[in-house]
Amino acid sequence: MPPPPDFHLRSHPILSIEEGPSVSFTFNGETYEAREGEMIATALFANGIRVFGHHAADGAPQGIFCANGQCSQCLVIADGIPVKSCMVPVQPGMDVRSCEGIPELKLTDGLPEFQEIETLKVQALIVGGGPSGLTAAAELGKLGVDTLVIDDKHELGGKLTLQTHNFFGSIEDCYAGVRGMDIAHILAEDVNQHESVKVWLNSTAVGIYCDKKVGLLRDGQYVLIEPEVILIAAGAREKGLAFPGCDLPGVYGAGAFQTLVNRDRVSPAERLFVVGGGNVGLIAAYHALQAGIEVVGLVEALPEVGGYKVHADKIKRLGVPIWTSHTVVQAEGSGSVQRITVAAINEQFNVIPGTQRSYEVDTILIAVGLSPVNELLVKANEFGMKALAAGDSQEIAEASAAIFSGRIAGRKVAQLLGHNVDIPDEWYETADVLRAKPGKTVPLEQADLVESGSFPVFRCDQEIPCNPCTEICPTKQIEIPDDSILGLPEFVGDSCIACGKCVLICPGLAVTIVVKKDPEKKTVDVLLPWELPLGDLAVGSTVETVDAEGRALGQGLIKKIKLGKYADRRYLMTVQVPYDQRLLVAAFRPVPISMPCEAEDQVTSDGDPIVCRCTRVGKSKIVGEIRAGVRDMNQLKASIRTGMGACGGNTCTELILRLFREEGVDLSEVTQPTHRPLETEVPLGVFAGAKPNKKAK
Amino acid sequence: MTKTSYDIVIIGAGSVGNPAALFLAQRGLKVLVLDQHAGPGQGQNKAAIGGVRATHSDPAKISLALNSLQHFTTFQDTYGYDIGWKKGGYCFPAYDDTIEQTLKSLLQTQHSYGLEIDYYDADFIRQIVPGINEENLRGGTYSPGDGQVSPLMYADACWKVAQREGAEYHFNETVKAISLDRDRVTGVVTDRGSYTTGMVINAAGAAARQIGLLTDLNIPVQPDSHEAGISVPVKPFLDPLVVDLRPGADGRTSNFYFGQNHEGQIIFCYTPRKLFVGENIQSSSEFLPIISRRLIDLIPALQNLMVRRVWRGLYPMTPDGVMIVDEVQSLSGMYLAVGMCGQGFMLGPGVAECLANLVIEGEPTIDRDIFSDLSFSRDFSAHTETLK
Repeated sequence: MPPPPDFHLRSHPILSIEEGPSVSFTFNGETYEAREGEMIATALFANGIRVFGHHAADGAPQGIFCANGQCSQCLVIADGIPVKSCMVPVQPGMDVRSCEGIPELKLTDGLPEFQEIETLKVQALIVGGGPSGLTAAAELGKLGVDTLVIDDKHELGGKLTLQTHNFFGSIEDCYAGVRGMDIAHILAEDVNQHESVKVWLNSTAVGIYCDKKVGLLRDGQYVLIEPEVILIAAGAREKGLAFPGCDLPGVYGAGAFQTLVNRDRVSPAERLFVVGGGNVGLIAAYHALQAGIEVVGLVEALPEVGGYKVHADKIKRLGVPIWTSHTVVQAEGSGSVQRITVAAINEQFNVIPGTQRSYEVDTILIAVGLSPVNELLVKANEFGMKALAAGDSQEIAEASAAIFSGRIAGRKVAQLLGHNVDIPDEWYETADVLRAKPGKTVPLEQADLVESGSFPVFRCDQEIPCNPCTEICPTKQIEIPDDSILGLPEFVGDSCIACGKCVLICPGLAVTIVVKKDPEKKTVDVLLPWELPLGDLAVGSTVETVDAEGRALGQGLIKKIKLGKYADRRYLMTVQVPYDQRLLVAAFRPVPISMPCEAEDQVTSDGDPIVCRCTRVGKSKIVGEIRAGVRDMNQLKASIRTGMGACGGNTCTELILRLFREEGVDLSEVTQPTHRPLETEVPLGVFAGAKPNKKAK
Repeated sequence: MTKTSYDIVIIGAGSVGNPAALFLAQRGLKVLVLDQHAGPGQGQNKAAIGGVRATHSDPAKISLALNSLQHFTTFQDTYGYDIGWKKGGYCFPAYDDTIEQTLKSLLQTQHSYGLEIDYYDADFIRQIVPGINEENLRGGTYSPGDGQVSPLMYADACWKVAQREGAEYHFNETVKAISLDRDRVTGVVTDRGSYTTGMVINAAGAAARQIGLLTDLNIPVQPDSHEAGISVPVKPFLDPLVVDLRPGADGRTSNFYFGQNHEGQIIFCYTPRKLFVGENIQSSSEFLPIISRRLIDLIPALQNLMVRRVWRGLYPMTPDGVMIVDEVQSLSGMYLAVGMCGQGFMLGPGVAECLANLVIEGEPTIDRDIFSDLSFSRDFSAHTETLK
């Protein structure tokens, strides 16, 4: 028998791949191998298993959706107990079974031993050890404030740990030019220096109660925290999109994808499609390419992508088509996704007839925006606690902005605790700049360049907060003429030494250097960045050169491949190109990219999209209730059970509000659903203080 | 503002007002239901756990609950809406002699009012409550005709059916005044309009006292609060709702009760030993550790059960623990169906039907002598109830 396929990543240009010890487990009776310590969901994906069970209501296949413990779609039965497979590590010999319908309660356990539930008082509780939580904690640590940081993951950094790309922003304020995953380590180390700051990993805040206590699940034990001030820095959750087939395994959030690839180091897809052209979608596409996954295309409903243009250009240059004013029409597949249909839309966002086309894919990433995770803040405020939010929990913005604004939040917490610290006005100004949405695009005027020697070419034509190139240039010949880092960089000198540092640090891969060499002006060397797998690329390879937005220009010859000590896992490629293309060549592709094949028969779906995936409620049912006069989301819960499932309405509430709008209902007439504890499902035994039953292991 | 006229205005679209609207509309009255919440059953109705039992000790409650059961059990066939009815009975296990004797002493009264219930030995209780802690288990009562309904599904369905029958509902509307002509009700004024009517039902649940004060009626209803929770669904394994009457070793709880609903979720609740008087309906940190311990002590296997949500609801209490269902003698056209003491959901349809009969025919659906136990003018310090 051939060995089962292993979808663990074997190599990655940025991430280190360590082959840890493996353990055996069974899934539905078959034996599989997993890496020690990896989550059950990851182990299943690594073995090519993407359907984890079938829903009790209608038998619909279930699999990964949030990969973040928030939904319950990845439920499996592990050693007889239903668990969220994305949150529970595989144990050696674990008997994992797919969850088919409603799970059975194991009725065999004897009475456990109990221990008291502890209550711990702290001055400051920070929920979330991501960018803003960590910088807030560091500020509090400097002041000696008794602080507890909790995070539900096994390492600090939040979503930073999933970001393999270099960050934007400024070097001074938020480590611009450093990869997100490395910033996570820097911030975590900074926090760990402070004695007054405790960090609890694997700790989830499950609820805030009216007696101003916060219930935590820490390593499987329940603890109550009584903080003087609580800072919610819990980040964001991904918005959903309801279309026929949106509930198939293989359709999931871009964040979930990043978790599987960049944290868990598995390749969850072979051919994927991205829906949404914000930074999250654009970056996810790039991360897929880094992991060797084919990206068939990306659609964006608006006429322009919402993310940074440099991010969009980066993936276009690698051959990923970006279709703006397009939407996803449906996903199809038996058991899991096999095909996506997209179409052009008009200004009213309606599909233009005859523009549908389908592509064979196994994965569809949804990246249509983020919503703040702020339920705990709302509750804390309701109960009269001293409470603040930071980062995405406060306002959705780039992680670089969260890194900085966390410092402000930290000082505000200190002020609430009576510390006499001030928050400089400049901090607020900096925070505003880092939060800035992409500004206008300025056409580049490369023709004005004075070509007296080597010189950098900037393809940074959109106002975004970023300045590493100006800081890194050893001869200080790159400047942003404006006061703000939102401005565009310019080469202001005449003696570029072609060191390549600006090429290597630019987060947007938007700088190249034209090296002055050939006096006959027939060919010229350009320095280009490269941070994908090298594959067959070698000195002497011929590559297809492209311009900034990915249009093919011609051919180039690789003359040098360098991975220097300043390079931070990014190759500096010297490519020889025709002299007259020196300003145009922005990148290259290893081989000409063939456009993805369209599937043959084009289908128009009249399927009813699932809106509430926990209780499997379709759009038509909800619209029916709205038309019957229901204006109270709590009544929808009662009548058709939307929002009554595992995620507590976190996934469907926004989608349902959108349906109200589509039906012409003024949202001021709509009563929002009541939110109650718990934030995640917890076994009764944990609340009772039951000591883990050894027999169960 | 146009002044619309109704035969009767019901204040509160909750456990009692909602079915009252249905019964009165069915009998041809022009009915308006006013509720300050955004939809039906959004006050304390939705906080109910949905247990419906005729297993009481008070004759009026037994009779009205039997009528409620009749309504719930036939609802889907009659009106076409699923309300999550599950006929699984109620089980009161006995772990000590006192409780055993108490339960046995009630059987005669219960039988005399037509309730199907008996005391069974421990073996039987083990069978109907799988996994129950057998240590010191002596036996218990089981009443197979009792059951559960989804309060959420019922409120929605009842609202839909009542409208079909002609009742009107106004939500997000607060009653500000009740108009009188000397000792007669003539209308209702709200923050959004005013209505003429000769009859008003105060079915305002936790707000019953405030509504009473609008006409200077001092209704002795004071809410206290109880917390509850619900698990994820698991395969059906538990038919009856279980009520453990023992006070908890925790010192905080008197009895506690739980059951598995039609969707497989376990719903649970306890009665605090020291009542939380007031209108706070936010969950406290005390509830989960205490209830979890009690549930696991009774059925150890529940330790693996995942809790999904917790909440807290109000019991609009009367001093003697029995509701008030009556026509106010001093104020013609004013009816009360208040102080349901946390049993509004299970008794609601029975009470509503009784009230509808009283309004239309001048007679309750139950014997006058036991109906008088529910009177507004009774001596509230006299009554004692064995099984609340």
